[in-house]
Amino acid sequence: MAQAAIELIGINKSFGAVRANRDINLEVARGTIHGIVGENGAGKSTLMSILYGFYQADSGEIRVGGKPVSISTSNDAIALGIGMVHQHFMLVDNFTVLENVILGAENDALLKSSIAKARSELDRLEREYGLEVDPDAVIEELPVGLQQRVEILKALYRGAEILILDEPTGVLTPAEADHLFRILKQLKDQGKTIVLITHKLREIMAITDTVSVMRQGTMVATRVTKETTVGELAELMVGRRVLLRVEKGQSEAGAVKLSVKNLTVKDSRGVTMVDNVSFDVRGGEIVGIAGVAGNGQSELLEAISGIRHAVSGEVMLEGKPIDLTGKADPGELRDRGLAHVPEDRHHVGLVLAFEENENSILGYHDDERYLKGPFLDVDAIMADAKDKIEKYDIRPGNPRLKTANFSGGNQQKIVLAREMEQDPGVLIVGQPTRGVDVGAIEFIHKRLIAMRDQGKAVLVVSVELDEIRSLSDRILVMFAGRVVGERGPEATEGELGLLMAGVEHQEAAE
Amino acid sequence: MDTFNAIIQVLDSTIRLSVPLLLACLAGLYSERAGIFDIGLEGKMLVGAFAGASAAAVFHSALIGLGTAVLISVAFALVHGFASITHRGNQIVSGVAINFVAAGSTIILGQAWFSQGGRTPALQPGERFAAITWPGADAIKDVPIIGPIYAELISGHSILVYFAFAMVPFTWWVLFRTRFGLRMRAVGENPAAVDTAGISVAWLRYRALICTGILTGVAGAYLSMVQNGGFVKDMTAGKGYIALAALIFAKWKPVNAMFACLLFGFLDAAAIRLQGSPLPIIGKVPVQFMQALPYVLTVILLAGFIGKAIPPRAGGVPYVKER
Repeated sequence: MAQAAIELIGINKSFGAVRANRDINLEVARGTIHGIVGENGAGKSTLMSILYGFYQADSGEIRVGGKPVSISTSNDAIALGIGMVHQHFMLVDNFTVLENVILGAENDALLKSSIAKARSELDRLEREYGLEVDPDAVIEELPVGLQQRVEILKALYRGAEILILDEPTGVLTPAEADHLFRILKQLKDQGKTIVLITHKLREIMAITDTVSVMRQGTMVATRVTKETTVGELAELMVGRRVLLRVEKGQSEAGAVKLSVKNLTVKDSRGVTMVDNVSFDVRGGEIVGIAGVAGNGQSELLEAISGIRHAVSGEVMLEGKPIDLTGKADPGELRDRGLAHVPEDRHHVGLVLAFEENENSILGYHDDERYLKGPFLDVDAIMADAKDKIEKYDIRPGNPRLKTANFSGGNQQKIVLAREMEQDPGVLIVGQPTRGVDVGAIEFIHKRLIAMRDQGKAVLVVSVELDEIRSLSDRILVMFAGRVVGERGPEATEGELGLLMAGVEHQEAAE
Repeated sequence: MDTFNAIIQVLDSTIRLSVPLLLACLAGLYSERAGIFDIGLEGKMLVGAFAGASAAAVFHSALIGLGTAVLISVAFALVHGFASITHRGNQIVSGVAINFVAAGSTIILGQAWFSQGGRTPALQPGERFAAITWPGADAIKDVPIIGPIYAELISGHSILVYFAFAMVPFTWWVLFRTRFGLRMRAVGENPAAVDTAGISVAWLRYRALICTGILTGVAGAYLSMVQNGGFVKDMTAGKGYIALAALIFAKWKPVNAMFACLLFGFLDAAAIRLQGSPLPIIGKVPVQFMQALPYVLTVILLAGFIGKAIPPRAGGVPYVKER
């Protein structure tokens, strides 16, 4: 193997009582693409933040190009040729591409020479790596794929030889992701070293040369990508074998339980977010809505659950209409058998400052089961919470613990337990496994399928294509507010990806 | 010719009245562009006015007065910075506190030092900034139209007036043509981007606040050493808030800020001019109404005529490094 570009030796880092990184050793060879996989909270981002100077390690040594270095600020990292593309782009939205590129890397106190230099430099980078972008475009007007390209250009402009990408494909369509991978390969061919942090195993297999697996703050294994399998990596990540595709039987669709007709929703600026959407969900089936985030799925969910005002159209729940003025009483909808697991559990689904048992009945607290006269029946609530903790394997199993102290996956289980245990006729789920680790994903998927098998109508909205394909009996694809296609579960990823990108089927065939 | 002279006079006082607004507005522009809301413009102007008039009276020098005004005002700006940048406090609360401290301390110190009921001693000519007569102003004074415009509007103001208007293109240049300006705008929009680019967010914001302090200091000095011959309690009379309104009205842009401040200055000047004189059609209007007019129009303009004003996105939010 070639010389090591980065070596991390015995890195430790704690945040209070949490040991985010424990005695980490990592070696990345120059001119390779090295993947780091792990569940949420495994310590991947912390490790990379240490390398980029955002945090300092409690102990351990970093070597760049064989020499021991000390990286205490991002400036040190940049000076050593380390560039980072953050998960949430570090761009100034109303600046032009040029302004973003030179920010912090200006030649002198005036901008004129910096801008001229950046312009010619961007031109060169564009020719060398195929990183085309209009230098005078304003960031907020660019699609996310291009914004990410600007982040990469920023790093290269600063002379980065080592590029760290943190979950780079989370916001991209499959086509954009493929383009990104082509760029990364090209960068590798030019001798750059790339570290790719992701939890998507498919990407690891597709592009990396070597891969390291992290689990609970430790580095559990490093493999040559060609010599490993998705199954092995997944097992290393969670410490046991997991099903990547949940097994399920044929669906037995019954009567229509939820019917959406010509629904149109506008956002607060008056922009049409959901455009004349119609579909039915029957009892005993899971309908999945796929799409890149921001194509109207969120607004659709909110309108159906009675939170958001719809301009026109109607939604029928078990044959009776739902009030679409945005003033519907969510309690009444719950009584009518509509359960809603919102996309954003932190802001809508849970009160993080509450104890687990309080969140586990939130919204159903007026239910007779939890009341003793006008007061809450604490004993009944605690018993109920304990029951749900057991059934849904919520950890730690302490109903008195503040909800904020549960991990993302367990918080999601709290919401799911609350909604599913009410035995609703219709279940609407937004992003069922966002920020949830692999073990919990499997569990949640199995639960959703169990709901279906009990004859419930389940509507799932997710930006994770794998999840949609694995769960759904029918897949609807949304693009720019419209449903642009319906497919069965056998649809290929490429086919769905084209629909998600707004490419019409006919064009795709050509 | 009378009407023409009247117009010239109104425009002349428009310029004089808009200067403190303009300085305060540009001051606010620096801090808000860097992401720090500054409701304490009023207080900083007030302490500047007090410090300027006091020092000028004691040391018999207008320049020492100006220097002291700037120094004290910057000190207050740094207090705001210490609370809201270093300790990530609420910027509105800190700004309001500064206004209260300014209003109270100027009266108490003024009474303790000069025993004139909170006033400072009346400034003598050498202790104030005199009007500058431009070359040839007297010579062409009587030339119709051009004469009065040159002699009254352009010539015959104090150095601080020219400074204020020179600050408009200067501020534009700083914002859009210098490294400091680029970084300052960036830190007001997305401090995380600045941080990851290896630049100190706190130091950048402190520097912006120092600019704010300098300008509010000059604004205060103008009030007590040019417009008035000494400090009078609460002499800023809400100009700091009007300047904030002008800043929103101007959408945080320097040249717009100048026009907004001139407009508010004009409304003020017109109100003074029209006091007691009957208007066509309506007839005589109560003085109080004319005095209220600038504020009424401010509300109407802000409510309905400026369209969407998008403030710097990180405004008011203390920067905390994310995990």
